[in-house]
Amino acid sequence: MAAVLRFLIAVLLFSSIATASLSQEEEEFSEELLLKPLADRKVLAHFHFESKAPPTRTYGHHHRLFPKALYQLVQKFRIREMELSFTQGRWNYERWGGFDPISSSNAKPPGVELWAVFDVPHDLVDASWKNLTHTLSGLFCASINFLESSTAYSAPDWGFQPFSGSLRYGSLPREAVCTENLTPWLKLLPCRDKAGLATLMDRPSIYRGFYHSQRLRLSSTEFGSTEVESGIALDQTLTVVLQPTTSHRASMTYSSDSVLQPSWSLSSIFGRKVSGRCVLANSSNVYVQVERGLMSELKILHAEDEGSGADNLTFEKTWNNPGFELSIAPNRVIKEVNILHDETSIVLYEYLIDNYSNSEPFDLGFTWKFPVVWSSPQAPLHASRFLMGSGNERGAIAISLKATEPSDGLWFADTIENSCMLRFNVFQVVPWYVRVYFHTLQVFVDGKPQSVTDFIERMRISPSEDKVSPGVMEMALKLPCCVKSVTLTLEFDKGFLHIDEYPPDANQGFDIPSAVISFPDFHASMHFLKDDSLNKSPLLSKFQERSPVLCYTEVLLVPLTTPDFSMPYNVITITCTVFALYFGSLLNVLRRRVGEEERFLKSKGNFTFPGVS
Amino acid sequence: MEEEKETTTTTTKKKQCFWTWALASVIFRLVLIHFSRNLNLASRPEVSTPLTSLRRLAEGYWLKQSSISPYAGSMYHGSPLLLSILGPLTVQRGEGQYNHLICSLLFVIADFMTAVLIRATGQNLQMAYNQSLKSLGIVRLLERSEMLASGDIAALVYLWNPLTIVTCVGSSTSPIENLVIVLSLYGACRRLVPLAAFGWVIATHLSLYPAILIVPLILILGYGPDSPRRKLFQQRASIKVGENPSTDIHYQQKELASQPMLPLRFSWRLVVHFILWASLWSCYVLLLCGISVRQYGGLGEMFKSTYGFILTVPDLSPNIGVLWYFFAEVFDYFRNFFLIVFHVNILFMILPLAIRLNHRPCFLAFVYIAISSLLKSYPSVGDSALYLGLLGLFVEELADMQFSFFLFCGYVGISFLSPVMHNLWIWRGTGNANFYFATAMAYACFQIILVVESVSAMLNHDRMLRKLSIMKP
Repeated sequence: MAAVLRFLIAVLLFSSIATASLSQEEEEFSEELLLKPLADRKVLAHFHFESKAPPTRTYGHHHRLFPKALYQLVQKFRIREMELSFTQGRWNYERWGGFDPISSSNAKPPGVELWAVFDVPHDLVDASWKNLTHTLSGLFCASINFLESSTAYSAPDWGFQPFSGSLRYGSLPREAVCTENLTPWLKLLPCRDKAGLATLMDRPSIYRGFYHSQRLRLSSTEFGSTEVESGIALDQTLTVVLQPTTSHRASMTYSSDSVLQPSWSLSSIFGRKVSGRCVLANSSNVYVQVERGLMSELKILHAEDEGSGADNLTFEKTWNNPGFELSIAPNRVIKEVNILHDETSIVLYEYLIDNYSNSEPFDLGFTWKFPVVWSSPQAPLHASRFLMGSGNERGAIAISLKATEPSDGLWFADTIENSCMLRFNVFQVVPWYVRVYFHTLQVFVDGKPQSVTDFIERMRISPSEDKVSPGVMEMALKLPCCVKSVTLTLEFDKGFLHIDEYPPDANQGFDIPSAVISFPDFHASMHFLKDDSLNKSPLLSKFQERSPVLCYTEVLLVPLTTPDFSMPYNVITITCTVFALYFGSLLNVLRRRVGEEERFLKSKGNFTFPGVS
Repeated sequence: MEEEKETTTTTTKKKQCFWTWALASVIFRLVLIHFSRNLNLASRPEVSTPLTSLRRLAEGYWLKQSSISPYAGSMYHGSPLLLSILGPLTVQRGEGQYNHLICSLLFVIADFMTAVLIRATGQNLQMAYNQSLKSLGIVRLLERSEMLASGDIAALVYLWNPLTIVTCVGSSTSPIENLVIVLSLYGACRRLVPLAAFGWVIATHLSLYPAILIVPLILILGYGPDSPRRKLFQQRASIKVGENPSTDIHYQQKELASQPMLPLRFSWRLVVHFILWASLWSCYVLLLCGISVRQYGGLGEMFKSTYGFILTVPDLSPNIGVLWYFFAEVFDYFRNFFLIVFHVNILFMILPLAIRLNHRPCFLAFVYIAISSLLKSYPSVGDSALYLGLLGLFVEELADMQFSFFLFCGYVGISFLSPVMHNLWIWRGTGNANFYFATAMAYACFQIILVVESVSAMLNHDRMLRKLSIMKP
């Protein structure tokens, strides 16, 4: 009997799997990890998990892999796109690169950043946003609900993303990020951190890093806004920049007075090894990315070493070269195809975790053999933002943009005007207590003040309203390529708040969220050879997407004047006393009748002291 | 003959003296305007309030130029008319910054005109006062007071008051507000009803508080300028009747009516005219405002962000008043209650003062101006400059005022201490808000003493007049 039952179950299971595969609609999950040595002796680890659910219309409401909480979220608030990121630390654009897919889509401002596009009528967008913030704050154990108040979020028109109709954007620069936010994030993965690549997320090691950004991005085509229905896609990424512990060997100095980069392995930076894949994942890969700059340096080294006999192709295929050595032979070597750089290109070494198991865990080692100095690709302009002025009454915000070395030859001429023009957008949200005077906007090009209208193509301003809405500034600027630096300055007055509006530590100051600088003409994307196997990897297909280069500026800390928090009763009583003094004495003067008083006194004197008078 | 000549020469000398001093003050202002960038007065909280700040006006104008409502955001809270007049002057163009100079020049002219109007009002008041004293037969006082030309004194006090100069150089819009207030008083004293109505409507439109000046304006128009109590004239008349019993009552009344300056009857005609003109002007102003804010939120938005802003005190940045700190500290659920209490405090005093001082409408106007500058939500030194200037008009009546030296020292002390405390708190961070609030408190107390003492001195003066007229029938 039992055997029959088992057989029946097996048949049922088989048939269900068969039908599912027949309909070509299956939930998918994949896990990937990208490791990248950085130029400043650090290592970037980028975890990428992708879950996909087919459209509800054909697949129904029940899911095997896709997290139910997020599916319900999408359905309830009719979210078309949403991105939530928790970040600690600041992405170093100069050293870690500003012109690659990771930096333009995974480098996020400190704290929490949330934006969402809703597929609801315009008047309901704000209500949906408010509900969404509350739901997310419950889901991720964070104070995202502070984004509910209308002073905290804004509705950018085109400055943050092109064609964003019902987009809402908000950020909380002071939100502290910790394991309590990571755990709910991991719960959305089918294997959590019990199996697969997520096991590497040892809390002490990933929070020890210089930069830590956990991101969640939802995009859905559930609500018929597009022709092709592909269901809901959930990208979860965790980007960490870690410092490998330097061994004694690394301190050896070489002839060219450069220090050997610290060698690392998965177990040394995470303290753990990967013991097999998450069984629910369609693919489970690890990539090691070697940057273009590093590759060209290595090529020079190689040429010096081997003389003229070296062959480009064979060189790039090797994982054991004069510069570094990988402890495990990669399953595949993927090379970027780039029209502009046919000389050197980014190389990815691919490892399939399928081949590893508990008995034979995956522990990749990366050993440097020779000190190499290289630089990462940079965005056309390096942005930084600072405050000017002193005192607590007023000040000025300055956004300074410096042209980086046009090393990549990515500058391209504007064919229409027959001159090289660089376009970029600035999107800035300023809280209401920083009262910006937009008429004081000044543009300094190469240190000289210039007319604003010459450089600003278009500008959209929505001025801040006290206790109601923040100030939003979206600017599209156009610069000739020869310009070395641009500085935008805006003067502001500092507001004075009611004592209840100050946060607990009022003297620490208030944060102005990061400004976003985007370059709509520049796209950070990699091109790989057309190959079916590559399309299977969601990470690599993400890299091939054309995403505009984006960078965030620093968060600013504005100290505001504080009143005396212990004084309310004193102030009320003293002020009321003064008012009473005014009212009483004036009324007294008005109603006094001197003649009557004199008469009264006289009569009184007559009565009481007859002898005296 | 000779005496007459002498007096004419002295009067011409006096006139010359006045004009030289007035011109000197204008030149002094121009010199200061030349250095106004270094003085940096425009950003002082004493000079520019959220309502009068020219910087905010520039922001409003900029917003309007970029086809956003000037009231979007909470920067500009002034009148849309002021925006169209002053706005183009705030735009900075390249190197030659003539606009800025033109704007400052406009304020200097406004100040000068205010002074001239104060002088004219003063002369008018003095003439009326002398006449009424003569008719009462109190010549002794007249002889004594021949030396003082209160109009000149008031105008010079206004022109040379450091607070006025600071307001003028620091480019806030309060010189214009002061000008229209004085214009309405002048119009009423000269019985130019349309002018008075125009001044009152514009002043109310610009800063709301001058609305209460409708009471003294109606009294001036109805009874004529300041005079001793009307009872005295009646007593005097009755005494005359008693002295001359042969003439019949009919004749008496005729005689009384024929006396030109006897303000016995209330002239309803002028008041009705005034009300008609005021409604006409306000319709006109509203129409103009409606046209200029038509593309944006309309008049509703304008009222909300001008009068609403004045009445609800949402801006808590420090100023020389007391309300900012009060509302920064007070518990939120009491906020509305105290808002009502503080505004009603102004209204409560209107009736008692009007009853007691109805024979002195100009002085009543002065008291109202002083009270509103004491209790208004965003006071500046420009308001004090106005009432201190007007105080000069009553220099004879208030000669016996108590504490005048103490008050003078108090004003000087506060005007030195308040910037110091502000600097300590805001710029150096060594002081705290209470220091600055203490000076604001002291300033409020001095203003209260000034108001109370001047009212009491005026009432005492009236008593003295009564005694004199009774003693010298």
